[in-house]
Amino acid sequence: MTSPYRYLEEIATADVAFEAWGATPEDTFLAAVDATLNTMVEDIGTVAPLERRVFSLAADSLDLLLFELLQELVYHKDAERLLLRIRDLRIEETGSGYCLHAEAIGETIDPGRHPLLADVKAVTLHRLVVERTPDGWHTIVVLDV
Amino acid sequence: MPVPTDVVRISDTVWEIPVSHKPGMLVPARIFATEKLLSDFDDGVFEQITNVATLPGIVGHACCMPDGHWGYGFPIGGLAAMDPDRGVISPGGIGFDINCGMRLCLTNLGYEEVKPRLRSLVDRIAGRVPAGVGVEGTVRASRDDFREAVEQGARWAVKRGYGWKEDLERTEEEGCLPGADASRVSEKAIDRGYRQIGTLGSGNHYLEIQVAKVENVFDRETAGAFGIVLPDQVVVMFHCGSRGFGHQVATDHLRVFLAAMRAKYRIHVPDRELACAPFLSPEGQDYFAAMKCAVNMSFVNRQVILHRIREVFSEIFGKDPKDLGMRQVYDVAHNTAKIERHVFEGKPRELLVHRKGATRAFGPGMPGLPEVYRKTGQPVILGGSMETGSYLLAGVDTGDRTFFTTAHGSGRAMSRTAARKRYRGRQLQEQMEERGIYVRTASWSGLAEEAGPAYKNIDDVVEATERAGLSRRVVRLLPMGNVKG
Repeated sequence: MTSPYRYLEEIATADVAFEAWGATPEDTFLAAVDATLNTMVEDIGTVAPLERRVFSLAADSLDLLLFELLQELVYHKDAERLLLRIRDLRIEETGSGYCLHAEAIGETIDPGRHPLLADVKAVTLHRLVVERTPDGWHTIVVLDV
Repeated sequence: MPVPTDVVRISDTVWEIPVSHKPGMLVPARIFATEKLLSDFDDGVFEQITNVATLPGIVGHACCMPDGHWGYGFPIGGLAAMDPDRGVISPGGIGFDINCGMRLCLTNLGYEEVKPRLRSLVDRIAGRVPAGVGVEGTVRASRDDFREAVEQGARWAVKRGYGWKEDLERTEEEGCLPGADASRVSEKAIDRGYRQIGTLGSGNHYLEIQVAKVENVFDRETAGAFGIVLPDQVVVMFHCGSRGFGHQVATDHLRVFLAAMRAKYRIHVPDRELACAPFLSPEGQDYFAAMKCAVNMSFVNRQVILHRIREVFSEIFGKDPKDLGMRQVYDVAHNTAKIERHVFEGKPRELLVHRKGATRAFGPGMPGLPEVYRKTGQPVILGGSMETGSYLLAGVDTGDRTFFTTAHGSGRAMSRTAARKRYRGRQLQEQMEERGIYVRTASWSGLAEEAGPAYKNIDDVVEATERAGLSRRVVRLLPMGNVKG
């Protein structure tokens, strides 16, 4: 199966941009998480499910909710040297926007086993979009590396 | 790329986009570039610099330097001075990597002395200055130590033995912005930062051993004042910033500004990355105090890295760093916002100057310069691509047209993905070695992304700054050895 994301060349000259897609917002968020991890690690299959973290996040809109989720991954990469994927993710509408509950699994960076690429340092709002399409959902994200 | 049709040519290196270009522009935008550089600019620059011209309180012009390219909100190479009383502060005008900057250190060694030991030097420095994804630094600091460090700046490092007292005089703002307040910084930012002191980072961050060839010294007298006095003298230049800490500070406040801007201050900007708040508002002041912490963290980081470089040279050459002449030339910041005093419309004024991918370049005699550079003007360090070379420039009297600001490097011309498709890291390393440049990298693909042709021609950029009266050439420096982040 091809990955539900692809890197975009002409959006961010100095950084990394990708688009990701899925049948639901949840699938699309999972794909965006993998695309972010894949910006840092050449083969995301090398990241073993040894550590678990739980996230509860809220935002006014779906795009900002994705921003918060990806930002969590960047935070754990620096603060705990953890590379994380999402195993389970639920998005709910609230009165004022959206909230998300996610279970992240992964392990500590080991350059011997994880072929490392670029260091993602921030998620940006540049052209950030999460939108419904005729086939499901689609997002564009630009990462600061 | 199409240059907007309403651009007015002010001179052969100054171009103006009038306020009639788009609704909401408060001041004209000015681009400092040769006609060739201007025509090569990406569309984003024109869109973004005219967006910057709409920010409340901007004075003079929204300026873009000759190495300008698309960025987040502001273009890289962007400069905006605000009236602090009625203007805004915008994290997008500073960049995520707060106080990303350059430092240059001398040696009294010649090319021929260093050449046989180049590989050992580069390998050992690569081991001592960690680079790449998720690495930890070599300075042990608790969270509380770190809070102290970000309030005190480079002085904190020097007090602990990482460097010399004179390094502080030779650092922009003496390595510390006063008013940094760690209580305005989130725990998350502290978590990301406290183990990263002394790390190089990745992306376009690097550390380079370079040579000042005799034929590349343009102004012998100023070069001498900057410490470049020997034929084919070897120097060390590096480029890095405030690492995860600065990025977290920027992200935290971007989020706050985004919410407060519309609901509380009724400010509407054309791009969310231009999120801003009135400088004197609680949100503006919180960010300013936190941003200063990130500025200081970066000065600490570069101070520790300088110390590691001196250690390695000392070990390899078996001499004290002082006997190796390893004085710091200068340290310049290129992602900041600072309150500075400038003469504007004939009167001295305090202004909030945002520089993003743009370097302060004070002219001769200006306050804020150390005595040693009072006559020459401020040393300005411009990093080029790892294949082509870098520059040491000096600030000039005519820099007032940009609030004494010049370019910061070559500026990217090709996307990272495109560079990765075109070049192979290992092959590039071999080719560079054939040309006498030894490079170590934390990531092969990262190396490919930094290939020379991915950047604008640094000679063109520097020539444009000189012709536009923003800075002048002193020495061109060629790479010998490179540690790539």
